[in-house]
Amino acid sequence: MRIKSIIILLSPFLAAALSLFVGTYGLSPSEIIDVLRHAFSAADSAEATIILDIRLPRILLSGLAGMALATSGATMQAVLRNPLVDPFILGISAGAAFGCAIAIGFLAWLPLQVAAFVFGALAVFLACVMARSGGEISRLSLVLSGVIVSAFFTAMLSLIKFLVDPMKLQNIVHWLMGSFAMADWQQVRTSGIGIVLGCLPILLLRWRLNVISMGDDEARSMGVNVSVKRIIFIGSATLAVTSAVAVSGIIGWIGLMVPHLIRMVAGPDHRRLIPLSMAGGATFMICADTVARNMTSFDLPVGIITALAGAPFFVYLMKRGGKESWGV
Amino acid sequence: MIKLENLIFQHPHTDAPVVNDVSFRVEQGRLAVLLGPNGSGKTSLFKCIAGLWRPTSGVVRLDGTDLLALSYRQRAELLAVVPQDHTPPFPYTVMEAVLMGRAPHVGLYSAPSAEDMQIARQALESVGVSHLAERCYTRISGGERQMTLIARAIAQDAPLLLLDEPTSHLDFKNQHRVLEMVHRIAADKGLTVLMTLHDPNLAAFFADQVVMLKQGRIVADGQPEDVLQEDVLANLYDIGIGIASGEGRRLIYTRSQRVQET
Repeated sequence: MRIKSIIILLSPFLAAALSLFVGTYGLSPSEIIDVLRHAFSAADSAEATIILDIRLPRILLSGLAGMALATSGATMQAVLRNPLVDPFILGISAGAAFGCAIAIGFLAWLPLQVAAFVFGALAVFLACVMARSGGEISRLSLVLSGVIVSAFFTAMLSLIKFLVDPMKLQNIVHWLMGSFAMADWQQVRTSGIGIVLGCLPILLLRWRLNVISMGDDEARSMGVNVSVKRIIFIGSATLAVTSAVAVSGIIGWIGLMVPHLIRMVAGPDHRRLIPLSMAGGATFMICADTVARNMTSFDLPVGIITALAGAPFFVYLMKRGGKESWGV
Repeated sequence: MIKLENLIFQHPHTDAPVVNDVSFRVEQGRLAVLLGPNGSGKTSLFKCIAGLWRPTSGVVRLDGTDLLALSYRQRAELLAVVPQDHTPPFPYTVMEAVLMGRAPHVGLYSAPSAEDMQIARQALESVGVSHLAERCYTRISGGERQMTLIARAIAQDAPLLLLDEPTSHLDFKNQHRVLEMVHRIAADKGLTVLMTLHDPNLAAFFADQVVMLKQGRIVADGQPEDVLQEDVLANLYDIGIGIASGEGRRLIYTRSQRVQET
C-alpha cells in the first residue's frame, strides 16, 4: 500500500517530464534538455519558446485542472454520501459554462474565472436552497435539485448560443468542448490560484470527510458541525472546479473516475484518498492531454480522450472488482 | 448523573407533542433502559438528548451542565451515541470506523495521532473484536458491526453512553452478548448508560433502572423488579402480560393466543 501510494504521488511529475518530450514540433531529447538547462538564461530561440512557453504551461495547466476535478469529485462523493456523483452533479459545470458563455458572448471585460465561479457558486447555492426543507438538506433531494439546476443552466446556455453573434458562437462551442490548446502562463497563474485555494482546505480537513460520510446525525453526535463543514467543503470544491472549467471548458469523467480508481488501490480513507486523488487526477489529465495534442495533426478536445479512455477502463475495473468496487 | 427536566418536543405544524413533559434522572454509573411501544416517542426523546433535535422546551443536564447549550464538539466529549445498524457508503475498515470516534478530540486540521490509534485499538480490544481491525466494515456480520459501533463510542471517551435499540438487528445469542458487554464495560469505566430496548426480558436482566414511555409520556420509572409488573406492562403495550419465574429469574411473556387449527 505504502509503495503504491508513493508511486501514485510521484506519477504526475513523471508524466509531466515525459510529456515535455512529446509534441508535433519535432525536437530531439538532447535539444530539449539543452533548453531546460538554460531555462533561466534569456534564451530566445524557437525551441525555447516551444518548450518553456507552450508545452510547459500547458502541462502545468492540465495537471492543475486534473487535480481540481479529481479532488472535488472525491469531496462531493463523501459530503453527499454518494459514490456516483461528480463535481458537476450540483449544477456546477452547467452554471460555470453558462457564466463563461455570457462572458465570451456579451461581457468581454469579465474574466472567465470570475464568471465561472459566480455562476457555478450560484448553481450550487440554488441547488442547496431548493433541497433545504426544515433546516435540513437531504442528500437525495440535493442530487435532484442539482439535476434541475443543471437543466435550467443548460437551457440558458442554449439560449445564449442562439442569441450570440456567430463569430463568438464559434468561440463558445470550441471552449465548451474542453481543451488546453490556448494554455499560457497567464492562465496557469490565474486558474492556479483558484485551484490551490480550493484544494487546500479540503486537503487540510480531509479526515473529517470520513466522519461526515457516515451521515449527518452520526457526524454530529461525533462532534462535527456538519452544516458549517458542508459549506466549506462544497464551497472549496466549487472554487477549484470553476477555476479549472474557466480555462479548460467542460472535461468529464475525471471527477467521477479518479476517486474510484484510487479507492480500489488504497481504500476509502480520505487521509489517503484526497492526496492520492490530487496526484492521480493530475497524472490522468496530463496523459490525456498529451495524447490529445499528439494523436492527430491538430489538437483534439481533451474531453474526448478522457471519455474514450476512461469509460472502458472504468468498466473493466468495475467488472474485475465485482459488486464490492461499487462501494455497496 | 443525567437529568431531564420537563422535556417537550413537538414537530412543527403538528397538533400534539411526541415527547410530552418528560422528566427523569439516571444516577452516575447506572444502566437505564427506556421501554415503550413503537411510536411512543423513544427515538424523538433520544434525538433531543443527543442534541440532534432541539426540544420545544425543557432542559437536559449532565452533572449540572446544560447539554443543549453546548456546541456539537463539546457535547460529543460528554456523550457518545451508538446508532442503529446502518451501512456507510464507503467500505472503511473497522479500525478506520472506530477512529472516527476520536473526532471530538482531534484538532480541526489534524488527523488522528498515534495516541488516538492506541485508544481505538484498546476500544476494539475491550469489546473483543481486535481481530476484525483490518476487515472491511461493510462486510462483517450485524453483531460484529454493532460491536464496532460500541467500540467507536468507547473510543469517543465520554461519560454518558446512549444506545438506540442496540439489539434490534441481532440474533438471540448476539442480543445477550452485546448487552453483557455493554454492562461489563459500563461497570468497568463507571459510565452512565441510557438505551432503548424492545424486549422487556432483556431490560429485566441488564437494567438498573427502567423508564417506560407511552404516547410521549412517562408511565413508570423505577427499579426493574418494581416496575416490570404484569399490570404496568399490560398498560404499556396494550396486550395481556404474564410473568413466570424459576431458577431465580423471571420471564415476561404475552398472553396472546394462537388461533387453534380445527
